[in-house]
This record gives sequence, structure tokens and C-alpha cells, in this order.
Amino acid sequence: MRTYALRRLALGAPVLLGVSVVVFLVIALVPGDPAAAILGSYASPENVAKLSAELGLDRPLPQRYLRWLGGVLSGDLGRSYALDRPVLDEVLDRLGPTLILAAAALALSVLFGVSAGVAAAVRQNGWADRAIGLALLVGVSTPSFFLALLLVLLFSVELGWFPTGGMSALFGDGGLVDLLRHLALPSITLAAAAAAILGRMTRAAMLDVLRQDFIRTARAKGVDEDRVASVHALRNAAAAIAPVIGLQAGYVLGGAVYVETVFQWPGVGRMLVEAIGRRDILLVQGGVLAIATLYVLVNIATDLLQAALDPRVKA
Amino acid sequence: MTLAGLAIVGVLVAAALAAPLLPLADPDLTAPFNRLAPPGTPGHPLGTDHLGRDVLVRVLDGLRVSLGVGVGATAAAALAGSAIGLVAAYYGRFVDGALMRAIDVLMAFPYLLLALAIVAALGPGLVNAALAIAVANVPFFARAARGAALVVVRRDYVDAARLAGFSDLRILLGEVLPNVAPLLVVACAGTIGWMILETAGLSFLGLGAQPPQADLGSMLGDGRKVAVAAPHVAAAAGVVVLLLVIGLNLLGDGLRDLLDPRLKAGAGGAPQPATAVERASVPPASDLGGLLDVRGLTTAFDTANGRHAAVRDVSFALEPGEALGVVGESGSGKSVAALSLNRLAPTPPGAIVAGRVGFRGDDLLDLAFEPLRALRGDRVAYVFQDPLTSLNPVMRVGDQILEALRPAPGEGRAGLRARMLALIADVGLEDSERAARAFPHELSGGQRQRIGVAMAIANRPDVLVADEPTTALDAMTQIRVLELMGARAKERGAALLFVSHDFGVVAALCDRVIVMYAGEIVEEGPTREVLRAPRHPYARRLIACAPRLGEPDRALEALAGAPPPIDAIPRACAFSPRCDHAIEACRAAPVALEPAGEGRRARCLRWRELADA
Ligand code: SF4
Repeated sequence: MRTYALRRLALGAPVLLGVSVVVFLVIALVPGDPAAAILGSYASPENVAKLSAELGLDRPLPQRYLRWLGGVLSGDLGRSYALDRPVLDEVLDRLGPTLILAAAALALSVLFGVSAGVAAAVRQNGWADRAIGLALLVGVSTPSFFLALLLVLLFSVELGWFPTGGMSALFGDGGLVDLLRHLALPSITLAAAAAAILGRMTRAAMLDVLRQDFIRTARAKGVDEDRVASVHALRNAAAAIAPVIGLQAGYVLGGAVYVETVFQWPGVGRMLVEAIGRRDILLVQGGVLAIATLYVLVNIATDLLQAALDPRVKA
Repeated sequence: MTLAGLAIVGVLVAAALAAPLLPLADPDLTAPFNRLAPPGTPGHPLGTDHLGRDVLVRVLDGLRVSLGVGVGATAAAALAGSAIGLVAAYYGRFVDGALMRAIDVLMAFPYLLLALAIVAALGPGLVNAALAIAVANVPFFARAARGAALVVVRRDYVDAARLAGFSDLRILLGEVLPNVAPLLVVACAGTIGWMILETAGLSFLGLGAQPPQADLGSMLGDGRKVAVAAPHVAAAAGVVVLLLVIGLNLLGDGLRDLLDPRLKAGAGGAPQPATAVERASVPPASDLGGLLDVRGLTTAFDTANGRHAAVRDVSFALEPGEALGVVGESGSGKSVAALSLNRLAPTPPGAIVAGRVGFRGDDLLDLAFEPLRALRGDRVAYVFQDPLTSLNPVMRVGDQILEALRPAPGEGRAGLRARMLALIADVGLEDSERAARAFPHELSGGQRQRIGVAMAIANRPDVLVADEPTTALDAMTQIRVLELMGARAKERGAALLFVSHDFGVVAALCDRVIVMYAGEIVEEGPTREVLRAPRHPYARRLIACAPRLGEPDRALEALAGAPPPIDAIPRACAFSPRCDHAIEACRAAPVALEPAGEGRRARCLRWRELADA
């Protein structure tokens, strides 16, 4: 298990390197002069020329990449001209709220997705299975930006139970309770589709396991059905579900862009949308790099979780 | 469900395509004095938006744009992705490695993020947004195409085409692509809804369609700004997106089931906790008594062409402490019969359609689930064929024995644990503490089956059913495990029902034997008598081809042919197609099981003449 863990971690390094190349190349996609695009249409030619030199735009791409990577590794992601502050500072400020939102959404989606999948599988083809299947289908098909709107209209505007948006700091005036009140609608919105996908996967994985011989053995021993489902089937299905949770982390991190925008959640997602609107490309680069790195790490973690759940993985 | 999907998508597509042809208002016609009119306003069935434009017309217009963009993006992603996948699979080695590493890197991005980065660089706009979404989906198609193509490129005809000197491009397009195409269609169908959703999402954020152009996403985005005052604007666009994507997903699921049944979620279904019992009538208990009294047991399976019996009209009795063998080839129905006793035969596709299983005054086929469960593993216990698959791979074997044990009144965890360890020692495993902590894969085949025996004898059952318990083991281990099982069953006074294809093994263990063929009992009698003078030609052949324990070098007669599949059992003596002695009468009608000497039965028209011969 330990060697496996080390190997898996080592495999993450080239992927991260690849991610950095892709993020770097984004700027090469910019039509025309990136420096002009970054500074906007009112920039003076001198400033454009200065930034051009700073970014090394006159040099060949590989050389620029190495320079850029060196900067990234030493914590220099460039400067956001619109915000007039280093990209790293802005990204770090925004990362916390996104992490809170994504973690809450992921936890909700695992809780509801896995339980729905298990409940559907053990009642396969019964009315409960059909009802859950329909709910999951609607969940998969609902645009999160539409769901966000519906929830705000119903629970905030009509019923007034939750705030329509924003976030209060954990150590702010409202404390934890206020944070949770602000977190409720965004995290539910973000969790919905991920939970639906997880539910479908869980159901399929459970049915796969329930067909196996050892389930029959458990029943032949007279083990009760709750235990057959939870201890025998789910524990075996868990190894198949863990990587799906990793994928859902990606979905949640991406979907945060919509949810943060609708609920004015001060995270990286909203920052990205605003930055794209301002053509603040360096800030976009920094935000994308941060989230992608986080996602790579989450996937390594779920792979390790999968290995830990299966005693047959030794090496 | 697929039809519902087809209907939804059909109606929406038709409406979107027909809209420009109908005499409707111009979707971009603004009317500043008629802003945010509610639904139901004359001339505006769905009301107007913040610029006074008709919502219905605009939604239809946006639907057309969204559909077009979705189809285009899906096609682009599918084309680029499958090209990459095919090339990677076809050239293999270095090309494959390099392309797949690149794909891995793209997959390392959270889905939407890559699209955002691309839009950031190219600038907002509907085409750019669709392009970005397409790029983000390329890895998915590349992987799917590569996986399917890998199977194809190893086939002979691809090699043949290569040897014939066809160009790589021609082989890829002519031989490989057609084989991969169904999977790509499934992948497209499953993805298009998602792509429409994501493109609409970018428009919603203001990064896709730019005014005056509008798709459903940007309409939702506009509607959001006036959502409190006029929720109908956003709702109209949102509901249409939702319906469209639900329809597309239903259609995608249906298409997947159709073109690639292996992927069908829960294909075949998982077995229910107990075999379904669907009997028209219940035969009365026999007066023979016995511990287990099986009458007319018939278990059928649903197949593609109807329901067919795998076990037909099986009757036998088992006395306390007796060892009864059930012999037959695979496909003879012996295992299904054995599993049916405790209703462990899988439903679906199986069901017990006739008969009764009398056990200590109860009909087991009549019991509710809880009393049946109480009996399982307690009074009637099973040892299964393959100890590797029949033990839970992620649970320590000690825990698996522990959960089989029924606590005695007042017995606590410590008591149960002590009994579990004693059982492990009793089945001949050394260092029971350590063995209890092992996972199944850490034990040898023989050790695993000893654990299987330990679980089965844990509660001193009255009946121990062993279904080919040693078939998966090597010869020496077989003998040891058999001896152990026989001895432990005897010590505990359990009657043994031993199912095997091997007459030799049964002879060593059982007092009485039943021979099954094509779901029926064809011969029954004391083992020694049947071995000495088999009545049924099939039994004679089985005996001739059985290895005898301790005589491994005896020349074996091969058993030619196979039993008929359950949906093709002749309405005649089922063995007649393989029987050397078959005559006209054998093929005319089914043959009855009749008494054939002291304590014996046989299902053969000619058993008397053949016995004399
Ligand atoms: S009934 Fe006829 S065909 Fe059938 S086993 Fe006897 S001799 Fe053979």
C-alpha cells in the first residue's frame, strides 16, 4: 500500500507538468498581441511594449514556458492589471470560499447520491427504483444555473429562509451559523447534478456486486438483507465508486463557476468569469492552474482511497 | 422511456425548425411599452421580456441556436476525438503513448475549466464557446474510440488488409471505423445533452452568445436579471433546456441499451433475496416423512424465447444423517435443484413454478422471507463450488464465519469469537487467530474451502448441501476437503446432499445417489447398487467416465455430446438423441420414472432388457 501510494504520487508529477503546459499555452491562443489584450484598448503603446518585454513575447515559446514555470514555482503568477495586485494573492483569497463550497457540495452529493443508488439497487425494478431513477435523470439533466435560479426564487425570495447570495466569513459577525445559511442553497445546487451522476453509478456498481457469488453465500448463511446491502455489497462497490467521487470533484469545481456567479459567492469561479469579462488573462491562468492542481491532487486521493478499500491491492 | 425521449426531442426539434417558417413575430422585435408582460397576455402566450420581445418566439429561436450549436460541438468533438483514438490504437507503441498522455493531461482539468480557459483566450462568443466545449470533450471521445478500436486492430482481417498492402488510411476508414462506429454513436447520443447544457452555461455567464444573437443559455441569463419581477422569462428558457436535455438523455440511454447491451445498467438484474415461488397448485406432503421431503420440484428460467424448466418434477427424500449424492453433467439441473431447496436459485430469471420442499413439517416454498432466513445457514446450510468467488473478497474470513454463527441465548461477542476460532481449528487450519484475520485472497484454494465448510457447519445444521464443493481444487486437496466435510457432517449428525458431476467422488461419500439429466431424475438407488448395475444408459456412461479415487490411471470413456439446452428439451426421452439404445418408442413420448428394483427408480423404457443383456 505504501509503495502504491508513493508510485501514485509520483505519477501525478508529469500530469501536473502537462497541466502547466496547457495553462501556459492558453496565452498563445490569444489572437493578436497578448500584451495589448491584457492591458485593454486604452493602454498606451509604450505600456504594451513594456509588458510585451516583461512577458518575453519576443522569445520562442519553449523559452517563455520555462521562464513562466520558474515564476510559477517561486510563487509569481504575474500581475492582474485590472485589480492592480499580484495574481497569486487574489487567487489565494478566492480559493478558501471555493474550497468550502466545493467540499460541502461534494459531501452532500456523496451522502445523497450513494444512498439513492443503494436504495434503488436493492429495490431493483420496483417502484422505488423507478422513482429514484427518474429523479436521478432529472438531476443529471437540470442545468445548475437554472436550478440555482429556482432555489433562490423559492427559498430566498418567496419564503425568505435563506439569503439570496453572498458569503460571510467563518470568523465574521454571524459565525458558523451564518456561514451555513449562506452556504445552504449554493451547495445544494452544486451537489444536485453530481449526486445524480453518483447515484446512477452507485446503482450500477451495486447491481454488479449483488450478482456475485459471495452475495449468495451471505444469503445462504441467513445474513439479513440490510447487512447484505451495506456490509457485503456496498463495501465491494465502494472501490468502484471512489474514482467516480474523484470525477465528481471535477464536476463540482467546474460547476462552481455558475453557482458562485448566481449566488455571488466570492470564490475562484466567479473570479474567473469576471476576469474573462475584463480579458484579465493572467488572472484566468492563475485561477485555472490553481483549480486544476487541486483537482489532480483530489484524484490522487480518491485513487488511494480506492486502493485502501480493497485489501487485494498490496504492492 | 426511450420512446418518451424520442417524443420530447422530436417535438422540440420540429418546433425549433418550424418556427422560422410560421407567421410568428420577429424574435428581435422590441416593444418598449410592452415590457415584461406576464404569460397569457393577448398575442404573447408566454409574455414578453425586458425589451418587450415575445418570449415564446424567442425561446423557439434560442432552441434552434442551442440545438445547432450542440450538434455542431458534438460532431466536432466526436470527429477530432475519434481521429485521435483511432490513430493511437492503430499505430500503438510510441504514438499511442504520446497521444494518450496528452489526453490524460486534458482530462486532468475539471471539465468546465478547460473550456473557460479557452474562451478566455479566444474571447467571448457563441462559436468560441462551442469550440471550447468541443475541445473539453475531445478526451472523452478519444478514449472511447481508442478502447473500441484496440479490440478491432488485433483482428485477423486488419492484419490481412495490412499484408495486402492497403494504405493505413484506407484500413482505418474501411476496416476499423465501421466497427467502432456504433460505440461512437452511443457516445455522441450520451454526450449531446451534456454539451448543449454546457454551451448554454457559458452563454448564461455571458461568455457565449452575444446580443443580439441569443441561445437558451443567454435567455436564461437575461431572465435572471429580472427573475424576481418576471420569473416567466427565465422559466420559459429553463424549462425548455431541461426538457430538451431530459429527452436527449433518455434517447441516449435507449440507444446505448440498443447498440451496446453489455453497457446496459444492471443488465440481467441482480438476484432477489429468495427465489420467487409461482406455483399453480401445491402437491400434498408425502407420507414418507424423512427430514427433507422434496415433491415435484420444478424450477424454470425466463429466457429470450419464453420460460423453460431447468428442473422438472424432482422428488426425493433425505433421512436424518444420510448422505445423498446428486450426479449429472453441467446443465443437468442438479445445482439449480439444490439451490431451489433454500430458494437460493436466482430470481430473475428463475422461479419455482411447482412442487414443495417439506422440512420438519413446513413447506419451505411457502415460508415468508424472515422465517426462511432464520432457517438458512442454521438448519439448512450450503457449501459452494468456487471458494474464491463465494467468499467476500474485502472481508476477513473470521468475520465471515462470525456472521454465520447464531448466538446462543446470553452469548456475547467473546463467546461467539471463541466458537469462530474453534471452528477454524476444527476444519484443520493452523494458527486460527491468524487465519481469522486473513482475507480470502491470502489463503490457498483448499484453505478457503475449509473456511466455506466452517461457515456451513457453524450452527450444526440438519442438512448440509454441498454444490460441487471441490471441483475448483486440485486432486489431493479435493480428497482432504471431502474427507473433512464428510467427517464434520457426520459428527454433527447433519444429512448431506452432495452435488457433483463426478461419480467417483459421490461413490466415496454417499449412501444413496440420484442421477439427473436435462432437469429430471433419470435414476435413483443405493450407491453401491447403482454403481454395480446402473439401470439407465446415461448413468452407465457417467460411471464409465468417472475417475475413481485412488485409481487415477484408469482409462476413461469420454462422454460424447452435451445435454440439451433447457429451451430445446425433446418431448421424448430427453436422453434419446445421445442414447445408443434408443428405439422408436423412446422418441414418441416422455418417459416416466418408475420403480426399478429394491429402493431404486429409473426413467428408461428398456431398463429391463438392458439389465438382462
Ligand atoms: S428410454 Fe430409450 S432413449 Fe431413453 S434412455 Fe432408455 S433406451 Fe435410451
